Amino acid sequence: MRTVKKPSVAVWKFASCDGCQLSLLDCEDELLAVAGAIRIAYFPEATRAMADGPYDLSLVEGSVTTYHDAQRIQQIRNQSKLLISIGACATAGGIQSLRNFADVREYTSAVYARPEYIETLARSSAIADHVKVDFELRGCPISKHQLLEVVGAFLHGRKPQIPSYSVCLECKRRGTVCVLVARGEACLGPVTQAGCNALCPAYDRGCFGCYGPAESVNAPALSRRLAEAGLGVDARMRLFRSFNAAAEPFRRESEALEQGR
Amino acid sequence: MKVRPRDFPREDSARASSAASILARDALPALLAALRTRGYQLVGPTLRDGAIAIDRIDGESDLPIGWTEEQDGGRYRLRRREDVAVFGYTVGPWSWKTFLVPPETKLVTAKRDAGGAFTVDAGLAEEPKYAFIGVRSCELRAIQVQDRVFLEGPYVDRGYRLRREAAFIVAVNCTQAAPTCFCVSMRTGPHHETGYDLVLTEIMEGQRHEFLVDAGTERGRELIDELALRPAMIADVEGAEAAIDRAVAQNGRKVVTDGMRELLYRSYEDPRWDDVAKRCMSCGNCTMVCPTCFCTTVEDAADLAGKEATRTRKWDSCHTLEFSYIHGGSLRPNARSRYRQWMTHKLATWIDQFGVAGCVGCGRCITWCPAGIDITEELAAIRRSEEARHGGH
Repeated sequence: MRTVKKPSVAVWKFASCDGCQLSLLDCEDELLAVAGAIRIAYFPEATRAMADGPYDLSLVEGSVTTYHDAQRIQQIRNQSKLLISIGACATAGGIQSLRNFADVREYTSAVYARPEYIETLARSSAIADHVKVDFELRGCPISKHQLLEVVGAFLHGRKPQIPSYSVCLECKRRGTVCVLVARGEACLGPVTQAGCNALCPAYDRGCFGCYGPAESVNAPALSRRLAEAGLGVDARMRLFRSFNAAAEPFRRESEALEQGR
Repeated sequence: MKVRPRDFPREDSARASSAASILARDALPALLAALRTRGYQLVGPTLRDGAIAIDRIDGESDLPIGWTEEQDGGRYRLRRREDVAVFGYTVGPWSWKTFLVPPETKLVTAKRDAGGAFTVDAGLAEEPKYAFIGVRSCELRAIQVQDRVFLEGPYVDRGYRLRREAAFIVAVNCTQAAPTCFCVSMRTGPHHETGYDLVLTEIMEGQRHEFLVDAGTERGRELIDELALRPAMIADVEGAEAAIDRAVAQNGRKVVTDGMRELLYRSYEDPRWDDVAKRCMSCGNCTMVCPTCFCTTVEDAADLAGKEATRTRKWDSCHTLEFSYIHGGSLRPNARSRYRQWMTHKLATWIDQFGVAGCVGCGRCITWCPAGIDITEELAAIRRSEEARHGGH
């Protein structure tokens, strides 16, 4: 395919650790192909060049946690033909959404010497809570393979092949023995979306749920099984309350467990 | 065309005949070595990540000698045996499907040259020649079920046919069963009937440790002849029979198969489906571990430059939303409809489709379901549910 003009891509950061946008620079072998296929118009993490919009594609990392960011995401949406949110912060609010379960003023007064300098929202929210998002790419961090797949699909005008089924399918395909069934490990795999190629169970750990809830989640069923395997109510609550704590099915389960303590 | 390639007519009484031989425990490495000499890649049970899994093995020392397992709904634990049995366990998380229908297969690669023309590589590579060591009766029946899918009808799967025809099957009669086994109910074991090249029965009595071995094919017979085994006595055969009878008695689950298909056809609206939906996580594990589940999906991928495309076949599951997605949405939008579809296919519609049930009673879906859902219990509950509705009739 000969593209007359390379599509322009902007990479934006909101409340986040930068890990997801670094996945783009992590592409190594594919980096030249990426550079050949797109024009990086705005990507402060990678280049000083900052071209004005509009942009063909915006990749948005991070969650909205301040008044300023809530306004900024509107401007970005207005300048972007296509907007893809990347990573657990952008798609679910991230680990910083733990504030959603507490009083953020208490947090700021505990952490900052001068809490009155801190201007922040009571909740951390996903990009899609504020603007229309064309595609949500999950993960904490995202997988570079999935990022390339999404960018490639965008370039060629096709649907990205990003599965929304559970991590279990990836475990079984790659030949990892189930850590939950064979060892009683606390594992969120059955309720978590695939995409990492079942990384943690392959290294003898239960799934931490980095990719957020799978397409159809039965969190209470998993919770019951983990209880039977000896995991206490507090540990189960914390399991559901991590990088994707504010994702709806995980939030509901952790709140139910919290109330049941 | 009958598609059980190595169905071998074999009368029941043959089991009690002197056609069988005795393979000394010490001679097992020689049997495996003979297979390797013939160019087979050995595949058999081996210890891996806290389970007895089927994998490529080099020889006898890779077998889980002296190991066994505990299995129950949603639970599996590896255990040491008190003896040094070679085949003293049942079935693990993967079946031979992993080798006959690999989880991921690259089907086609297409490359575009500067002029825009495509070169297509249909990936017709040579297929590996496997010797499967320790195939249980339920598993062989499952392979025969998959034969109907991949070999029968107008569309024969080339790769499957090549792998299947090449595979040398060293079957093992179970001498113990798991609490999750129900081969007796499904009439799929524990006794091997047909389809193997060799069948072994492990005999351990006091200091004695041997295998009763019988051939099911000409190439199996040749191997036995090459090893110069001593012929089995009637007492050996009886000893093996008694050992297999233990596995019959130990079958931990039971299924009433009479009228099973009609029962499920009458039970689409049974409230039990709502009950199982509360426990089912739609994770798809049951379909991945099932030795007869054959569904795959085909995924296309292209590189960023649009110069190379690949088409990959992957194991798929009817428990995903994508599986039944058609324009506008998924036909089976909830766990109720998906579990019902899966179980009804296994125990009812499969019979209409392929002439046999899609369940061989191996119990894998029970053990490896993280929620511990038990297909035998679900069927029994549906039966009870109907009986309660028609109480007294």
